[in-house]
Amino acid sequence: MSAHEGQPAGLELNWGRTWSIARTELRQLVEAKDFWVPMMILGSIFFIFIPLVLLFAITRISNVDAVQQISETIKILPQAAQNSVKGTSDQARAAYAIAVYLLAPVAVVVPLTISTAVGASTIVGERERGTGEFLAHSPASVHEIYLGKLIASVVPGYFTTIVGFGAYSLIVNLIVGPGSGGWFFPTNQWWILMLWVVPPFVALTLSLVLRLSARVKSTAAAQQASGLVTLPLIMIAYGVSTGSIYGSLWPGIIVGALAWVLAFLTLWRGMRAIRRGRLIGVADGL
Amino acid sequence: MTTSDNRPPIDDQAPAVELRGVERSFGANPALVDLDLSVPAGSITVLLGPNGAGKTTATRVITGAIEAQSGEVRVFGLDPRTDGESVRRRCGVVSAKPALYDRLSGRANLGYAAELYGLGRSSQVDDRIHAAAHRFGIEGALDDQVGSYSTGMKTRLALARSVLHEPDLLLFDEPTSGLDPESSHAVLEMIHDMTHGGVTVIMCTHLLLEAEGLAEQVVVLESGHALAAGPPAELIDAFWPDAVVRLDAENPERLAEVSGFAGVSKVEVVGAGMDELAGFDGGGEGDQVARLPRTGVDVSLTDPAMLADLVAALVADGVRLTRVEPRIPSLEDLYFAIRRRHVGDQHRSEDGGRRLQPRGTTVGTRVPPPPPPPVTVGQPLVEPRKAVQP
Repeated sequence: MSAHEGQPAGLELNWGRTWSIARTELRQLVEAKDFWVPMMILGSIFFIFIPLVLLFAITRISNVDAVQQISETIKILPQAAQNSVKGTSDQARAAYAIAVYLLAPVAVVVPLTISTAVGASTIVGERERGTGEFLAHSPASVHEIYLGKLIASVVPGYFTTIVGFGAYSLIVNLIVGPGSGGWFFPTNQWWILMLWVVPPFVALTLSLVLRLSARVKSTAAAQQASGLVTLPLIMIAYGVSTGSIYGSLWPGIIVGALAWVLAFLTLWRGMRAIRRGRLIGVADGL
Repeated sequence: MTTSDNRPPIDDQAPAVELRGVERSFGANPALVDLDLSVPAGSITVLLGPNGAGKTTATRVITGAIEAQSGEVRVFGLDPRTDGESVRRRCGVVSAKPALYDRLSGRANLGYAAELYGLGRSSQVDDRIHAAAHRFGIEGALDDQVGSYSTGMKTRLALARSVLHEPDLLLFDEPTSGLDPESSHAVLEMIHDMTHGGVTVIMCTHLLLEAEGLAEQVVVLESGHALAAGPPAELIDAFWPDAVVRLDAENPERLAEVSGFAGVSKVEVVGAGMDELAGFDGGGEGDQVARLPRTGVDVSLTDPAMLADLVAALVADGVRLTRVEPRIPSLEDLYFAIRRRHVGDQHRSEDGGRRLQPRGTTVGTRVPPPPPPPVTVGQPLVEPRKAVQP
C-alpha cells in the first residue's frame, strides 16, 4: 500500500466541505439528547453548582477557625499570587483565592471531558453506523473529513466552557465581589487561560483522540483509549493552572504558546495519518 | 455523457471503468487477485459472486475509497489515486447498508450530500432535492428523521442521494439487501430507469434473479478473480453452443442412456452442479450413483432437427418421458456453469492433471466441449445459439 492511501498529494482544503462535515456532525449532536443533557449537567455542576455552594459557604461562614484554615492555605500559593489576593476580610480573601486560583482547572477539565467524549466516537462512529462508507466514496478529502470532525469535537466542549464560564463569572462577582472591591472577574490570568491556554490543550488532546478513533474497532474502545490520552493532559493542565499562571501573565502566555505549537504539530501529523479506508474499516491493521 | 462544474474533461472514447491486473489484500487475505474489468460507458454491468468474492472491494477500488496495491484503475480515463476527487464527483454510490444519518431528516441527508458533492446550498439545490425525493417516492417523508424510515424508504433515500449530483457512474452494492420482494422489484425498476440518460451502472449482487434482464454485462467473481465477463447472451452461447433440451422422465435413471445417441454433444444432470459447488466429493465408485439423473437432464444437440429422432428412440427404449422442453439457459444456469467449470479447473489443478474430467455433473459427454475462450466485453464470442423448435 502506498504511504498516503486516499490522500491528496498536497493539503488543499475545501473549507465549504469542511464546514459542512462539522455542521452535520454538530446537528447530529443537537438531535442527540442522550449526549447534550449529560453535557449540560456536567457543565452546570462544575461551573455553577460547586462554585455557588463553595463561595456562598465561605463568604457566609461564621466559623472563625475554618476561615483561618482556608486563609492558611493561601500561603502555599506563590508570593505574586498571594499579593494579588484582594479582600476586606479573611472570608473575602479566602473566597477570592478559591474563585480565582483553585477552581481554574475546572475550565480545562470540562472542555476536555466533553470534547474527548465527542471526538472519541466521531470516526469510529461513522464506521459503526455504516455512514463512513458514504464519506469514503464522497469527494471530501481525508484532510477535510479530519478537520471537520475536529471542529465538531471542539465546539461542544468549548461552547459549554464559554457559557459556563460566563455563569461562573457572574456567580463570583455577585458573591465575592462585594467583599473584594467590586466586580473583578475574569482577571487577566483567566482571560489568558480561557482564550490562550485552553484552546490548544483541547486541540492537542483531540488530535490524538481522533487518531485513536480512526484506529480502534469500536466506540467503546475509543472511549477507553481516549481516557489514556486525556488523563495525563488533565493532570498537566492542572499543574499549569495552579502553578505557572499565578502571579505573572508570562508563564501562562509561554505555556499557551508551547501548547499551540504542539497542537499544530499533532494536528498536522494527525491529518497525515488518517486513511480513507479507515472510514470503512478496511485499512491494514484493522 | 455530460460534464459540468469544474470537472476535468471525460475521455469519451475510454471505457467508463477499466481495471487491469488489480490486486488488493487485507493482511494475509487477498480480496482482489489480478482482476481485469472493462465496463463500457452507458452500460449496466452486474458483478456476480458469492459473499467474499470481492464485489464490494472492486467498487471501493473504483471510487478510490481504497487503493489497489498493484495494477491499474481508470475511471473515465482518470486514476482515482491521483484524481480521486474528480472521480468521486462523477460517481454515485449506494452501499449494501444505506449509510444514512439516522438522526437527521431525509432532507438534511440529501442536503449534506449536495454540499459534499459541490452543489452548495441554494434554491436550485432545494429543487434538486425535491425532484430526487419525488422521483423515488419519498417526498412526503423528507422532513422526517431517517431513523423512523422503513428499510425500503431508506434504500429509496440512498438512491435519491446517489443521483442528486447527476453522476456519470452509479455503483450499487446489493441495493435490494433486506427489502421485501415488492420493494426489491420497485428498486430494480428505478435502477433500470436511471440508465436511460446514458449513465453507466455497476451493480453488485449475489441474487441472480436481480441481474436477469437488467445486466448488459455480467462479471462473475470468485475469490477476487473474474471467472468470466461479457454480455449474458454471449456467455450463454459460449457455454452452450448447441441447442439445449430438458428431458424429464418417470424413470430418470434411464436418461443416462441419452448420451449414446447420435447428435448429442453433452448431457448435464439437472441440479447436479449444486452438489459440486457445495463441496460434494463423490470419489470412487459411489460417485457414479451421485451423477445419475434424479429428475432430468439437459441435452445438448449439435443439430436441433435431431430432437424428434431422439425422442422417438428414447420412447422406443422404454424411457417414459414426462417433459421435452427447449431450454434457454438463464443467468442462473450460466452462473453455476461458470462456477462449476472453475471448481473443475481447481480439482484438475489439485490432482496434478491425473484426472481428465472434472468430478460431477457430466454423465456422458461424448465430445468434451472445449473451454470457452477468454471473454472480452463487447466482442461477440461465438455464433448465436441455435434455436430449437418444440
